[in-house]
Amino acid sequence: MSPSTRGFLGRRHADRDPRLPPGQYDTGRDFPVLTAEVTPRLDPDRWTMTVDGLVENEHTWSWADLHALPQSEYAGDIHCVTTWSLLGTRFGGVSVDLLLDAVRPLPSAAFVLATSTTGYTTNLPLEHVRDGQAWIVWTHEGKPLPREHGGPVRLLVPHLYFWKSAKWVTELTLLDHDEQGFWERNGYHDLGDPWLEQRYQGD
Amino acid sequence: MLRLEVPDRIDHLPGQHYVIRLTAEDGYVAQRSYSVASPPSDPLLEFYIERLDDGEVSTFLADVVEPGDELEVRGPIGGWFVWDASRGAFGMSGGSGAVPLVAMLRHAQDLGRTELLRLAVSARTWADLPYGDELAAAGALVAISREDYAGRPAARVRGEELAPVLPADGTCFICGSAAFAEAASELLMGAGVIAERIRIERFGPSG
Repeated sequence: MSPSTRGFLGRRHADRDPRLPPGQYDTGRDFPVLTAEVTPRLDPDRWTMTVDGLVENEHTWSWADLHALPQSEYAGDIHCVTTWSLLGTRFGGVSVDLLLDAVRPLPSAAFVLATSTTGYTTNLPLEHVRDGQAWIVWTHEGKPLPREHGGPVRLLVPHLYFWKSAKWVTELTLLDHDEQGFWERNGYHDLGDPWLEQRYQGD
Repeated sequence: MLRLEVPDRIDHLPGQHYVIRLTAEDGYVAQRSYSVASPPSDPLLEFYIERLDDGEVSTFLADVVEPGDELEVRGPIGGWFVWDASRGAFGMSGGSGAVPLVAMLRHAQDLGRTELLRLAVSARTWADLPYGDELAAAGALVAISREDYAGRPAARVRGEELAPVLPADGTCFICGSAAFAEAASELLMGAGVIAERIRIERFGPSG
């Protein structure tokens, strides 16, 4: 633990919400926008979702294909590495498990590189997007996902810092090695577990 | 303004930020990111602290910290929104988003390469524009939206004002609130800048 800062009391920790990981604060009803690129205008009719790489049958879903799958919802919290957390929120879409079941990952697959229509990428261990931990989502609080939050469709991996939940996702590539994505090449952590405060490389 | 002496620090690139981390006696931690305003040549690290009334960290840094205090910092962080003054660039900011552009400007001045950097800074009022005098003196386009400034009627930055200062190539850095970044990127793309040239840093108020 670091030595304490002279005179710093920390106003909010007396009634600190146990849902907040270390170093995070409750953003209230705000959902701040963070992006490094120009917000694209995605036409759902031309957007597709592909899962490829180390799989038996790579597959591409259209917007309609994906909406025809059994849908599921995430209700819980999200945590941004810039220290805000949005508590008790809801996203709707499909579980990534359904897509993985369809393509059948090869035994050698251990990592995923998610790619967006903008070229943004982020890397995740495969075991962190399976078993009900990750979604492809197109609603937030029951409404269509706004463009600035990745609409019409984004990846959602809420147990990791939110830069892992790639906006405008279009491809998941299964790999046998970890290949760093956009922020990870720029100094951010390869896993990004907020409860372990894995913000930057070396944490 | 906060100026820190950081022993054995690694030189930053203009545009990078540091995390300032405060620890209470019971171990409670609060931390926020602050963009560096100083150039790498400055022996101290300079940060601009925008005091937010309900800001847990900014009120502490603005009201409680005194010369001689020790703070825990981490950085430099970020490898995307950075400029090393090797190529021409354009910077556009809203409000306190001007801070990383100030680091870029000072770095260009250090190297005697001010011709490489063009700036357009905007704010609601002159008082909301950090380093306004320094930026204006360096030739930045200054757009104040809620008051007249230096003969310019109150207005948001307009496309026709940008056209003469916008370089034909090189990276365009946009720093400001999410709403500002959205509007600014639309303006630049309307002026013919392709999305691949634009790098954005959201610089929202964060307590």
